[in-house]
Amino acid sequence: MAAVKETVETVAALEKYEHGFTTDIAQEFAPKGLSEDIVRFISAKKDEPQWMLDWRLEAYRRWLELEEPTWAKVNFPKIDYQDSYYYAAPSTKEGPKSLDEVDPEILAVYAKLGIPLKEQEVLAGVEGAPRYAVDAVFDSVSVVTTFKKELAAVGVIFCSMSEAIREHPELVRQYLGSVVPTSDNYFACLNSAVFSDGSFVYIPPGVRCPMELSTYFRINAKDSGQFERTLIIADKGAYCSYLEGCTAPMRDENQLHAAVVELVLLDDAEIKYSTVQNWYPGDPETGKGGIYNFVTKRADCRGDRSKVSWTQVETGSAITWKYPSCVLRGEGSSGEFYSIAVTNGHQQADTGTKMIHLGANTKSRIVAKGISAGKSTSTYRGLVSAHPKAKGARNFTQCDSLLIGKTCAAHTVPYIEARNGQSVFEHEATTTRLSDDQLFYCQQRGLSQEEAVALLVNGFVKDVLQQLPMEFAVEAQKLVAISLEGSVG
Amino acid sequence: MLSIKNLHARVEDKPILKGVTLDVPAGEVHAIMGPNGAGKSTLSYVLSGRGGYEVTEGSASLNGEDLLALEPNERAAKGLFLSFQYPLEIPGVPALTFIRTALNAQRRARGEDEIAAPAFLKLAKEKAAALKIDFEMLKRGLNVGFSGGEKKRMEIFQMSMLSPKFLILDETDSGLDIDALKIVSEGVNALRSPERGMLVITHYQRLLDYIKPDKVHVLAAGRIVASGGPELALQLEAEGYDKYVSVAA
Repeated sequence: MAAVKETVETVAALEKYEHGFTTDIAQEFAPKGLSEDIVRFISAKKDEPQWMLDWRLEAYRRWLELEEPTWAKVNFPKIDYQDSYYYAAPSTKEGPKSLDEVDPEILAVYAKLGIPLKEQEVLAGVEGAPRYAVDAVFDSVSVVTTFKKELAAVGVIFCSMSEAIREHPELVRQYLGSVVPTSDNYFACLNSAVFSDGSFVYIPPGVRCPMELSTYFRINAKDSGQFERTLIIADKGAYCSYLEGCTAPMRDENQLHAAVVELVLLDDAEIKYSTVQNWYPGDPETGKGGIYNFVTKRADCRGDRSKVSWTQVETGSAITWKYPSCVLRGEGSSGEFYSIAVTNGHQQADTGTKMIHLGANTKSRIVAKGISAGKSTSTYRGLVSAHPKAKGARNFTQCDSLLIGKTCAAHTVPYIEARNGQSVFEHEATTTRLSDDQLFYCQQRGLSQEEAVALLVNGFVKDVLQQLPMEFAVEAQKLVAISLEGSVG
Repeated sequence: MLSIKNLHARVEDKPILKGVTLDVPAGEVHAIMGPNGAGKSTLSYVLSGRGGYEVTEGSASLNGEDLLALEPNERAAKGLFLSFQYPLEIPGVPALTFIRTALNAQRRARGEDEIAAPAFLKLAKEKAAALKIDFEMLKRGLNVGFSGGEKKRMEIFQMSMLSPKFLILDETDSGLDIDALKIVSEGVNALRSPERGMLVITHYQRLLDYIKPDKVHVLAAGRIVASGGPELALQLEAEGYDKYVSVAA
């Protein structure tokens, strides 16, 4: 299999975390720490209307009253929220209007990461190859969004959240916080107060978005947090496929990434949301540094027969705390969650999903694959619930854990609540260890140890990789192998 | 071809092989028989390089090349194939993908070009038909949910696809009914050639009715205690291993 060979070569070529470089650019920071003044500062920087500032301030006041959650199976020293920058942006007078005005240093970063920002480069690619539009978020601001004109021609709005607040306030006011309310949880509340940038997507009724949409998040600044906010609205009968990718430099200090993603689906709408998360995981030997990835993602299937699918490949971050969820409100709506969570070194992941069945005949499907190696811990935590009106609700859950080595751990914590007698929930779970016998068997047939691990792991995650858009599936396959490098032997 | 000299090996602190000497020239099929615990499987694992076995003395070479210095996959690339007593299940990896990955890894290691997909599929169809393997089965996870007999047939299929120089069959007859035994034996016999050597490890004489050996050796308590022609297997079947166990002890 060519992919396996390529994977192994990629792994061999990389000693450590591939995206750990830093970039020296002139940056502008808010003063360190968090206060009402900082919230005002961020809002003013973005030239926001009064209603947005009021929304932020209310969230900030609520956040002060909330307690940091402790129920997740992760351990970390107490975060000093006053010891971080809440706004870091490349210095420019105003947001760049076109690619030519973006700092070449920043363009070089994206080139190095392999993210195409020049539309003509994408167009010059292989004929028939799928194209995708990119919103590039660098620390706290969106630096450029591609293919906006072509998308606008079919009525699709794809822009940064800051721009949406200025240009499409009616849509933002209607939907922002309607899926994840400001005081939903500690980190979502913090995000609501200080969120900087992220993507905004609106697909009008009946429109099938003509290309993949994607946002690429990059944390560069030291001691700063990233608080992105993404809002995607699929109007009646609309469809879009969206992908987010994330990387950060290698730093000894932990950095906080607290994002909120809200998806709104009206009747017959469909959204496929894929994530390839590769934040810096911390030093594999000492566990020092790395991103705290505390994220709230939720889809609200308001419309009948609407359909949402979350696919995530989580390989990075020191700590992952993330439960992309589906509120299945519309009759006959359906939600899917496909997840691969890889932990190695000292990483900790507590991730899963919530499928809230509110409407009749709603369906959900969960396939979660956890791979733990090194001294890492991986927990699947999921809730499937059916409310009294959700007659005929159906769920199928499959949770598989693969352990590599003897010093890692995997946990599965499923919560199931059926509050009517006409729901059918199925739950299957397995835990297996990558066995020396399997490795030897592959080696006896001619595969090197690295090739054997790559092949066995690819087999384990195949069901989920198939859900990703083709070119990202190949990327994800490599990423999984790289993350597990040196985990055997 | 295969040359083993005074081979000693242990697992942790327990010596299992205590001086095995054996030569299998190209073109010959040798059978190794012996009671449980004699070290038959250990011999196959030591030759193929499985971890956990420590060679304390002696040597083993294939066509003059020191096997013991090589990684298991390097030994495979040199042409050594072990048919497992208990073939492993590889979930999510179709048999065809598995074999093609293995074949290409071996070819790369030997400095050859990778096999092209059409040529590979053509070959796989031929070999599968010969072993009466349903081609659809090759698209499912390797050995996952297969019966004991199907797994053994899959081992022989892999063997014929990889076309190794030297074959070790470890208890290939175990778990096979008479029809499966015939098909598997035909598959093995088809691989007999003047350039190829085979070591057939078995507990029972039955398999040797189908795969006729040139020589039979008795392994007991970590040593070869008797060697002879095919008639030795029949004698063992009639008399049992008691005589040899007491000799070795």
